[in-house]
Amino acid sequence: MKPDASHGTAAAEAPRPRPGDPEITPELVADHGLSEEEYELILEALGREPTYTELGVFSALWSEHCGYKNSKPLLRQLPTRAPWVLQGPGENAGVIDIGDGYAVAFKIESHNHPSAVEPYEGAATGVGGILRDVFTMGARPIATLDSLRFGSLTNPRVRWLFAGVVQGIGDYGNAVGIPNIGGEVWFDDAYEGNPLVNAMAIGLMKKEDLIRAEASGVGNPIMAVGARTGRDGIHGATFASEELSEETESSRPQVQVGDPFTEKLLLEASLELIRSGHIVGIQDMGAAGLASSSSEMAARAGTGVDIDTALVPVREEGMTPYEILLSESQERMLVVAKAGHEDAVKAILEKWELEAAVIGHVTDDGMYRVRENGVIVCEIPGEPLVNECPTYVREAREAEHVRKLREWTPSQIDTTHTREHAGRVLLRLLGAPNIASKRWVYNQYDTTVRTNTVVPPGGDAGVLRIRGTRRGIAATVDCNGRYVYLNPRRGAMIAVAEAARNIVCTGARPRAITNNLNFGNPLKPEVYHQLREAVLGMGEACAAFETPVTGGNVSLYNESPSGAIHPTPVVGMIGVLDDIDQHLTVPFKDTGDAVVLLGRNTDELGGSEYLKVVHGIVAGDAPAVDLEAERRLQELMLDLNARGLLRSAHDCSEGGLAVCLAECAMTGATHFGISVELNDDLDAAALLFGEAQGRIVVSCAAASAPEVIEAAAGANVAAAVIGRVGEKDGRFEIRTRTGASIDLPVASLHEVYMTAIPRMMERPPRVDER
Amino acid sequence: MRAAIVTFPGSNCDYDCFKAITDVLHEEAYFVWHRDESVGDCDLVILPGGFSYGDYLRAGAIARFSPIMRDVQRFAADGGYVLGVCNGFQVLCEAGMLPGALIRNRSLQFQGERVWVRVENTDTAFTSDYEKGQLLHLHIAHGQGNYVADPETLDRLESERRVIFRYVDEHGNATDEGNANGSMNNIAGIINESGNVLGLMPHPERSVEALLGSTDGLPLFTSLAQRLATAGRSA
Repeated sequence: MKPDASHGTAAAEAPRPRPGDPEITPELVADHGLSEEEYELILEALGREPTYTELGVFSALWSEHCGYKNSKPLLRQLPTRAPWVLQGPGENAGVIDIGDGYAVAFKIESHNHPSAVEPYEGAATGVGGILRDVFTMGARPIATLDSLRFGSLTNPRVRWLFAGVVQGIGDYGNAVGIPNIGGEVWFDDAYEGNPLVNAMAIGLMKKEDLIRAEASGVGNPIMAVGARTGRDGIHGATFASEELSEETESSRPQVQVGDPFTEKLLLEASLELIRSGHIVGIQDMGAAGLASSSSEMAARAGTGVDIDTALVPVREEGMTPYEILLSESQERMLVVAKAGHEDAVKAILEKWELEAAVIGHVTDDGMYRVRENGVIVCEIPGEPLVNECPTYVREAREAEHVRKLREWTPSQIDTTHTREHAGRVLLRLLGAPNIASKRWVYNQYDTTVRTNTVVPPGGDAGVLRIRGTRRGIAATVDCNGRYVYLNPRRGAMIAVAEAARNIVCTGARPRAITNNLNFGNPLKPEVYHQLREAVLGMGEACAAFETPVTGGNVSLYNESPSGAIHPTPVVGMIGVLDDIDQHLTVPFKDTGDAVVLLGRNTDELGGSEYLKVVHGIVAGDAPAVDLEAERRLQELMLDLNARGLLRSAHDCSEGGLAVCLAECAMTGATHFGISVELNDDLDAAALLFGEAQGRIVVSCAAASAPEVIEAAAGANVAAAVIGRVGEKDGRFEIRTRTGASIDLPVASLHEVYMTAIPRMMERPPRVDER
Repeated sequence: MRAAIVTFPGSNCDYDCFKAITDVLHEEAYFVWHRDESVGDCDLVILPGGFSYGDYLRAGAIARFSPIMRDVQRFAADGGYVLGVCNGFQVLCEAGMLPGALIRNRSLQFQGERVWVRVENTDTAFTSDYEKGQLLHLHIAHGQGNYVADPETLDRLESERRVIFRYVDEHGNATDEGNANGSMNNIAGIINESGNVLGLMPHPERSVEALLGSTDGLPLFTSLAQRLATAGRSA
């Protein structure tokens, strides 16, 4: 064993309880979220009883949040490789090659529980954490996206949560200066007590600047960098791995407070450090803070660490090693510098008005050793701590009531009213919060800072140009939790398929995904069933589309006293455009252009927004999805666009074909009428508002329509010219064979679509309404 | 043209200004750190957008004490051109280089959107390439852009034609509906008495390339470039 230069020989002294440490009792172990069996494993790994500090470290590293104990066996089944994947799961973020010497790092992460109790800070720190995950890979953050779920907006507390989350995301990202380029917001009673806040970040780097979070080089100094460590967020990782309860309000002190100004400085300082050559590894002190960052960096490099908590810069006196190790104070980094370069590191941090302190060094004995003023308080073999978190395959059993719900068929509802008043139904759907414009949200975000935003939020996917190249990237986040609830495997496939359609609708080729698996308590067989099936479905779709999973986040225990959330495996997808000048957008461009439907209409209504809004029903099976057909559709879109035939493209999703056409008609600078005739022999409700998968509405010059149809036939994709783009500010007309028709001024659609959410938010939520 | 772009801790539009000037205008630009004592050899100083010092206390309130600001004041007093965009406008007001103040938006929310702005005065070094009354579609991205001043200051600004940009509706009328953030007199940008210090809340540097949706900000930079080319470096 290598002698420790600063503290004498290490192994001679075993860690001792500190004065004042609580006694290790079964209750204390349980309070740390560890089972009796897990505690036995800890005794085995240590060969003795843990100290209080060690118990805290195990508790954090073996939480679901850090250790993936209920999801790891499932996640192993996801495809993770492709020639363009430079970094798959296991690092701070995934990285893909986008060509011309550039790489993109990206990842999504949840901040659900903190946002449930303190929406503003919970959401803000979620953005901060995901930005750090990206810039610690050596990439400069260039965009964020957000995927949000709340209960019904008629509930004042939900409005308070919604407003707080949006403001928190905005204030943080705006101040750091990272544009938000897209997202999704869903409202459903299933998320009433447990909102979901998932934030995705994308960073850009030269391929050679990729750096990994490894503590390599025995003797290299370990440095704490950035903000000081305080008592905030202690045990956040464990908190995130429990169900929310009535007592959760008292957990508010576990929610960290964000400081975007320090984040901006830390971002610039970190990128400068990485480029400087003075460091070998860097990692965010995120979930489980110093404990997880230092032990994970050592485990990746196969080394050990020896750190002293007395050397960590702190905000307040009297912090114990337990608190310092588990604090989740924000805007902190752990850096492994090259020996002898400590002062150079400090000088860079000082330029950015930040602190850096040497707190320990890398060792070769594989031990995770922590001292307090030289006295060892924690000494754990690194391997079991980081890589041997017990994993579980739980009992899975589909809930009987869900199986019954799937048996529902459209024949169980009367659609006469819809057939006779299709226009009124369309207006109702356009005003439904899940479909209505989310401008109220993204107007609170800076979407154009850094001057690369080619397609801002509001389209199918955000698009950025890559300076110095002809390329662009597209990004989207997608998941319909209702589909996943009704049919987990199919619903997860749809999440990937829809994301890919959104990407190709901008002209980009889908390349890879990051995922955020938001589920309930995995110990419940019906929840574990949802998790297992959804992961399988996601994996099948990713394999079919060659969009591997490069990382992500698992958020379980999303339950509140009223039950589990809808299973929500959010997909964050990245695509690459070879030529940014050929990007596509949603709105129609010119009167007289042909409107072409790619894909086939069906009689499906299961899980649709129409069924929920008009009939108050959540039932039926999720729409059928044919992965091969989706792939052919994607390739056709890329081919048509490469040939310069398309003027606009929009994925057909929630609200069906009628809503899709309405969005094409009215979301551009000019609002166009349309004249569309649908000849399918289908009931009007399914034809207009059903959510059949695999459909995209494109427009092209009338003269190009035959070429588009021919190309589609060659690609084995159903296609039909269904109408033409009408006059500016004209009438929105759809006729069907069943006699159902819509004939409305396009301005009336726009009015309803744009004002629905602002109207619901007009009464400002007050704090005392919580 | 040779522009010095001041980076405060928390500036985040400094790079955008740099790219607009170097990549699009093909003119020279360089960064000046807030602790520097001199703006260097330039004929334009830009105070860019962002959240200097996190906008803590008040937007721009701390940045004005940065060491570089003494030299920016000296540079302006010598007749040098100074452009403050968004947070830069806030800093200019806090530093007393422009009158008035910028308070929270009427909506009490951060607003990131494109709004209509009318060019009120083209007889300035910053606006000579615009048409009088020209309508611009420019991005705003701010939480505190609501311009306020006392009645005498407003009267003076108006009578001396120092209101350079005004928020308007899509028809070009300075209506209440067209007032993006509640600013008095719909003010989006003003100039100092000598005509060499301009502050505005909208971001002209975000509208200089057709790919990004608008080139309405470009004439502001070409106006300056032309004036500086005529005037020579020593002006």
